[in-house]
Amino acid sequence: MEKLVSKIPDGPLAQKWTKYKASSRLVSPANRKKLDIIVVGTGLSGASAASALGELGYNVSNFCYQDSPRRAHSVAAQGGINAAKNYRNDGDSVYRLFTDMIKGGDFRSREANVYRAAEVSNQVIDHFTAIGVPFARDYGGTLDTRSFGGVQVSRTFYVKGQTGQQCLLGCYSSLNRQIKKGTVKMFPRREMLDLVLIGGKARGIITRNLVTGEIERHGAHAVVLATGGYGTIYYLSTLAVNSNASAAWKAYKKGAFFANPAFIQIHPTCVPQMNEFQKKLTLMSESLRNDGRVWVPLRADDERRPNDIPEGERDYFLERRYPAFGNLVPRDVASRAAKERCDAGFGVGETKLAVYLDFRDAIEKQGKKVIEEKYGNLFQMYKTITGSDPYEEPMRIYPAGHYTMGGLWVDYELMTTIPGLYAIGESNFSDHGANRLGASSLMQAAGDGYFILPNTINNYLAGEIQQPKISTDAPEFEEAERSVTGRINRLMAVRGTQSASAFHRRLGKIMWDHVGMVRNGKGLEEALGMVAELEDEFWKDLLIPGSPDELNHELEKAGRVADFFELARLMITDALHRRESCGAHFREEYQTPDGEAMRNDREFAHVAVWEYAGEDREPVLHREKLVFEEAEMKIRSYK
Amino acid sequence: MNLTLKIWRQKNAKAKGNFVTYKMENVSPAMSFLEMLDALNEKLVRENEDPVAFDHDCREGICGSCGMYINGHPHGPVPAVTTCHLSMRYFSDGDTIRIEPWRARAFPVIKDLIVDRSAFDRIQSEGGFISINTGSAPEANLIPVRKADADTAFDASICIGCGACVAACKNASAMLFVSARVSQYALLPQGRTEARERVRAMVSIMDELGFGSCSNTGACEAECPKEIKLTNIARLNREYHKAY
Repeated sequence: MEKLVSKIPDGPLAQKWTKYKASSRLVSPANRKKLDIIVVGTGLSGASAASALGELGYNVSNFCYQDSPRRAHSVAAQGGINAAKNYRNDGDSVYRLFTDMIKGGDFRSREANVYRAAEVSNQVIDHFTAIGVPFARDYGGTLDTRSFGGVQVSRTFYVKGQTGQQCLLGCYSSLNRQIKKGTVKMFPRREMLDLVLIGGKARGIITRNLVTGEIERHGAHAVVLATGGYGTIYYLSTLAVNSNASAAWKAYKKGAFFANPAFIQIHPTCVPQMNEFQKKLTLMSESLRNDGRVWVPLRADDERRPNDIPEGERDYFLERRYPAFGNLVPRDVASRAAKERCDAGFGVGETKLAVYLDFRDAIEKQGKKVIEEKYGNLFQMYKTITGSDPYEEPMRIYPAGHYTMGGLWVDYELMTTIPGLYAIGESNFSDHGANRLGASSLMQAAGDGYFILPNTINNYLAGEIQQPKISTDAPEFEEAERSVTGRINRLMAVRGTQSASAFHRRLGKIMWDHVGMVRNGKGLEEALGMVAELEDEFWKDLLIPGSPDELNHELEKAGRVADFFELARLMITDALHRRESCGAHFREEYQTPDGEAMRNDREFAHVAVWEYAGEDREPVLHREKLVFEEAEMKIRSYK
Repeated sequence: MNLTLKIWRQKNAKAKGNFVTYKMENVSPAMSFLEMLDALNEKLVRENEDPVAFDHDCREGICGSCGMYINGHPHGPVPAVTTCHLSMRYFSDGDTIRIEPWRARAFPVIKDLIVDRSAFDRIQSEGGFISINTGSAPEANLIPVRKADADTAFDASICIGCGACVAACKNASAMLFVSARVSQYALLPQGRTEARERVRAMVSIMDELGFGSCSNTGACEAECPKEIKLTNIARLNREYHKAY
């Protein structure tokens, strides 16, 4: 237990962050130049952290696997970014944003971190506006907002359906400014393959140059992981197809604890699967539920086209089950409700695994032009993919794996259990509990990178000013490089008959079926066996053509899939341990008679934090007890 | 449907490349173009052959990673889509499809269909930003922006940096790409302060990196998957003249 020190400052919730900033140690500008920081990832959290740390005067090295930092998957976020500005005069405040997030996360997040995320949200909007993010505006020239799932205020700032792209390009522009100044050095097309510890502290990383295959060593006084989530464990998800868990997983195996790995959000509004070679399920922004109505036919196997089904024969099941929030219930609730209807035989489309999202009434009421203004690019994207026009016929949607609330355990300073190793953005666990509210991922990622980490990392680095540059000739770097090369050689040497993707697809199916939207003890036990069996087959029958000394996508994929097998087992172990239903984690054994989640606060009001104990040994469970000083623990109800 | 693919194969930057012909059978019209190539690659891997290398990531038309010349068009013959969103329903049984990498002096081939577009990042780092430090931003609503200006800035800012404009241009000019970024900042009051320095720096590095000149043929606009308008180039020219 003593291993988890969350370092939450004393005092009233609203004063913790101010108090922390006023009392934490600082590094003088002259000393910052002498300190090196590695940031892995260039999404909203990585690029913002790298640029903000560069602005402070640290020497930053920033890594990404893509050919350019501008391509990180934050780029694909659509709907918006929350802030507690209360520009609408609709009763919003930092406090309300905080309570919405705590409730939305089903009381499984850390209160102090969530309050701080809400607190810095306004600074994030100010900063993005100042660096030229073209947010939607009203005719008077002020910023426009809209409402988003799970809340009753309009606090979501947006740039049409491309908010993530525009915010990411904003971060990318700040990053470029620092690259020009020489405070940040960019290393694209690099994949982090190990973390290097010296004397128990994070001191560097081992990367593979994805063009030449060269294994490289990089030393630093601190390492920041901004490596996103692991939703691609399902193979089909809304993530970029190359998104992966490997950096976080290597950190876990080097001693960083992993928190709540089973908490994965399934997003309700995605374009359903259309063919067996499909690699990706495209998200249709949640903002669509502001105006779209979700329904299925009242009669099972109704073969009529949607427009031919009269009003009285439609089941608007979200409005029926949740009259207070209707189509705007949180994502986990909306996803399970859609699955429930499809499992009961009311699904639509060829696969019967889809429900309608209908804009007929909104177009009638507001006019096509207004709807086009709000969602034009999303409608266009839907039409491009499916060939069907949402202005004429309802969209078909189905849930897909999306966002991981779980991740590396961090304390209030965003430091993992390894001194000098930080995790920010989606790669940490702290702010979203068991379910994330819409438009809060961009908010948290940019808040972590721009405003939180640059104010907490000094507290650690102040103790490092005597430490000279980290030499990559140290035996610890030798050893890490040897282990990375050894693993690559092991993967190459299998010389079996199946591609890494073939294994990934099968692993994804096991995880989706047993560790997806709903779970149960028996299914999880079965999945554990199936994953182990498939992993065994992987190490006997994998085939990677070519050599490791060149650009080799098959080798990249194989390494990531190998890590997914190990993570899958931890996810299942975590899901088994949590004998309750909360947020996105729905255990069938624990539900109310009308099918709602049943939390067990007496036994499970904790973060499940897993420590790696070595190959073939069960991970060790630690519990961070969640104490709610401000928010009242209630049954989440959207009825 | 059954297809014949003629794909540019090139082992690395130094090697000489050539077209290799592959037969693809039972391609579903519900596949995307990249899923069709995934299927080819799975087949090649099973035969222990080197799969065709191409950049791709988000698979939803927004990251800008993917891009290849398909039958003489960047991102293929369908307007306003990226390669990852190009559906196979636009092709017919028996078609022969020719697939090549972007060809431009400033974008050297790395392998097969992958090119090095780091020149775009270089251009951005010369001036593609507003010089404001984290923490010094004023309250967001203190800077009112005309809705029309914000919307026009948005239309320019949606460039995904894929490089199709350069590939489409007979001069391999990067004017559409540069003009989109210059326009976004020129149209917003926040970006006006350093508009002159920005346009000078970005144009100068663009020339230095080996991109060609613009001769107003408009191929870039016609092929841009995000439909970035030629009017941005006109704005870039105006901004450039104002800067001297």
